[in-house]
Amino acid sequence: MTEMVYGTVPVRDVEPVLPKWWRTVDKWTISCVLMLFGIGLLLGLAASVPLAERNGFANFHYVQRQAFFGAMALVAMFITSMMSPTLVRRLAVLGFLVTLVALALLPVFGTDYGKGAVRWYSLGFASVQPSEFLKPGFVVAAAWLLAAGQEIGGPPGRLWSFALTVTIVLMLALQPDFGQACLVLFGWGVMYFIAGAPMLLLVILAGVVIAAGTLAYHNSEHFARRIDGFLNPDIDPTTQLGYATNAIREGGFFGVGVGEGQVKWSLPDAHTDFIIAVAAEEYGLVLVLCIIALYGIIVIRSFMRLMRERDPFIRLAGAGLAAMFGVQAMINMGVAVRLLPAKGMTLPFVSYGGSSLIAGGIAVGMLLAFTRSRPQGQIGDLLRGGR
Amino acid sequence: MIRTPLRPLARILDARQKGQNPDAIERENVRIRHEQMRDAARIRAEGRLLVLAGLFLLGFMAIGARMGALSASEPSEPRAQGAGASIIAQRADIVDRKGRMLATNMDTFSLYAHPQQMIDAPAAIDGLLKIFPDLKRERLEKDFLGKRKFVWVKKKLSPEQKQAVHDLGEPGLLFGPREMRLYPNGALAAHVLGGAQFGKEGVHAAEVLGVAGVEKVFDEALRDPANGGRPLQVSLDLTVQAASEEVLWGGMKLLNAKGASSVLMDVRTGEVISIVSLPDFDPNNRPRPPVEGAPDDSPLFNRAVQGVYELGSVFKIFTVAQALDLGLVNAATPINTSTPIKIGGFTIKEFKNKDYGTISVSDVLVKSSNRGTGRLALQIGAKRQKAFLDALGFFDPTPFEIFEARAGKPLLPKRWGDLSTVTISYGHGLSSSPLHLAAGYAAIANGGYAVRPTILKQPGPVLGPRVMSPAAAEQARAMLRKVVTEGTASFGEVPGYHVGGKTGSADKPKPRGGYYTDRLISTFASIFPAHDPAYVLVVTFDEPVETSGEKPRRTAGWTAVPVAAEMIGRIAPLLGLRPDVTPGQLPGITLTGN
Repeated sequence: MTEMVYGTVPVRDVEPVLPKWWRTVDKWTISCVLMLFGIGLLLGLAASVPLAERNGFANFHYVQRQAFFGAMALVAMFITSMMSPTLVRRLAVLGFLVTLVALALLPVFGTDYGKGAVRWYSLGFASVQPSEFLKPGFVVAAAWLLAAGQEIGGPPGRLWSFALTVTIVLMLALQPDFGQACLVLFGWGVMYFIAGAPMLLLVILAGVVIAAGTLAYHNSEHFARRIDGFLNPDIDPTTQLGYATNAIREGGFFGVGVGEGQVKWSLPDAHTDFIIAVAAEEYGLVLVLCIIALYGIIVIRSFMRLMRERDPFIRLAGAGLAAMFGVQAMINMGVAVRLLPAKGMTLPFVSYGGSSLIAGGIAVGMLLAFTRSRPQGQIGDLLRGGR
Repeated sequence: MIRTPLRPLARILDARQKGQNPDAIERENVRIRHEQMRDAARIRAEGRLLVLAGLFLLGFMAIGARMGALSASEPSEPRAQGAGASIIAQRADIVDRKGRMLATNMDTFSLYAHPQQMIDAPAAIDGLLKIFPDLKRERLEKDFLGKRKFVWVKKKLSPEQKQAVHDLGEPGLLFGPREMRLYPNGALAAHVLGGAQFGKEGVHAAEVLGVAGVEKVFDEALRDPANGGRPLQVSLDLTVQAASEEVLWGGMKLLNAKGASSVLMDVRTGEVISIVSLPDFDPNNRPRPPVEGAPDDSPLFNRAVQGVYELGSVFKIFTVAQALDLGLVNAATPINTSTPIKIGGFTIKEFKNKDYGTISVSDVLVKSSNRGTGRLALQIGAKRQKAFLDALGFFDPTPFEIFEARAGKPLLPKRWGDLSTVTISYGHGLSSSPLHLAAGYAAIANGGYAVRPTILKQPGPVLGPRVMSPAAAEQARAMLRKVVTEGTASFGEVPGYHVGGKTGSADKPKPRGGYYTDRLISTFASIFPAHDPAYVLVVTFDEPVETSGEKPRRTAGWTAVPVAAEMIGRIAPLLGLRPDVTPGQLPGITLTGN
């Protein structure tokens, strides 16, 4: 009673930021991301040495860079995950517009680093790939449009977001960067599916794809040979894929031992696209299954948390981000085990690369911000007699 | 389905009547509808998120399972596919029927340059030009002073050249080991051997590929490491080949001929013991194929195998032999050669319009009567004539195992009517190679079996299907012998070897139709010894002329026959044939018994 009259402790009616963040954030996802980052550094110790040697740097030059960019990525992730969904949306849409302009200006100011596709801006000490930063921003913007389209009297969000997607896919395909283009298209497809794509459309789409594939397989010898060649396990062991497959076989269940692997010396992309092969060779199936499990936990947990989400925008944006993240990992690993045709794609947080690390940090930060637990009006459900 | 109205009209009207503001009711209605819609969307999204989560789980599990399967399988060794490592330079030797070397390999070096490692490129250029005068200064300057990092300079070096280049002391000039193909006998049997050239080239080795002749036909077998370098044994006899070439070359020069060819064939096996085509070339330094002019002007052209000619009267024996075989005539049957044969507006004439009168079949051949053989051919008929010539192999390229043989496709008349039957009976209207002719004569010589010409040494007799009766072949051989003893080939007699044969002097066809009158293909197809033939020899000259008499003489009796006789005199002893000579009575010596 005394306290009620005298010297009442001034209590803020807003919960402090950090405790609230810790209480609501998905700690599983954070742990998984940190572990992935740690594995990335560990593998970098092995996989990036040949590259450093080729380019005349100290052995662990690229590991240091990875650690530096990784720290920045983690900071970006934590800061982003503390923001409210509304703030994330505003910043992401602004960021999206900026990166869109950057993407459009690539043909003028960009560089191709002699790889044949203009995808990068050179900043002297580092290179920036705008399409990496575009992806999370695009997901948020498209989710916003799709959600707005669901409101009564809202804008035709589906059409607008579709037009936006097509524009970006065309820009990416012209670089050419078919991998990122597919990823963007896939992200939008997932969001459209969650936002309630008509079942009939999905069935028709699936039917058309199957029919076209069958028709092409039976009528085009070239196409059939490509598919057969992909299904046929006999590949030339001197190709990148051949080396990767051999490395996985060489590693067996427990690996050949730290630093003992050979594949990193023969594969030019051992530190990026085929890092999973290095992991499999040196640490064996155990570590690979660990990595797969970590990605699986992040994606599936995010989906599960989003199932409880009532806000359509948050649901869509979160699902889009999680799906993109998961699919990128799946494509990278699927290529290495030849479940998928060859496509250059980094393994998020594990592969070496500044742009992809920081962009990945921002994307996962957004995902964390969207999957934080918040009141979802369960009382209302109860009052209305449940679902 | 129960349809709910969008606006709660009943409540709004009620409120209006009571004077209340209906907007609140409308807003509330919109809010409720919105909530219902969002609930529906959320429930649908929940289901779909679950589906997505399931799909991702499946995807990750598939990758994990595949990783597991790969980890559990055995690694396969990556095959080294570096350039050079896979070049197999070993090429088997080629030897003649007695194992004497025809083609082998020699270790040598190629010269290449790394211009960026050169210390003094201009001095290197000067030095190289002194050693190899055939190199071009401009090219070397362009290669050595430009941006190139690797330049082939010479493909084969002699040891002296290698030492001289070595003495230049230029570190940017390097040697690569090579195996080069060497034909130690030079131009001997050049058309059979063909030649070889480098295929894939690396610094440490180069592939040697056959480009013609047996080198091309047996290229894979010669290079196949599985054969263990076992030499390829051909049917040629080196000494016989050399003697044939020498005699033929002398004859060609003496007779001013454009070209010449000879084929010597074993009648029981089809083995070709010697085959010559002149002019020839050195397979160690094979000339480039001609880009203009007639192909047979090039020394690369194999007249004995590729060249198809209307060979003339040498064909008459086939007509006569078939007529004998069919029982239409015997050697003594009289044939009227006086009255001309007229077919489709053409009149068949004799050589120099002679009139032989009514003569025996044997004399038709001995005197080489066109009308006589024509009449026999008309009795035989086109159908049987075609079948007979086909059985002798005149319808297809010879199966001879050198690359050029498949180009020697006989030219047959488009329409094989009576006129063609008559002209072909004396060797016009059908073009074939001398090798075809030799195979045909071999069938007569061996008692009636078809023969496949071959360049590979055979272990024993290889006789094809029977094409005529032994009796017909025997009679035909007797007539061939008579051609030499009392007919057109009288210069063909070689003491002790009983040569039999038939001459053929065919006017060469003009490229635009019609025939030249002063350009001949003169052929002598012979068998020896005629009573038990072992070999067939066909000698052919292209445009020969013999000028020792008052008028130039071009017919085979004056050109091909004496050369063939000379050749038989030289080669028959080499072949191990014993001359059948009755020793004459030597003056002052009397044979006495012991």
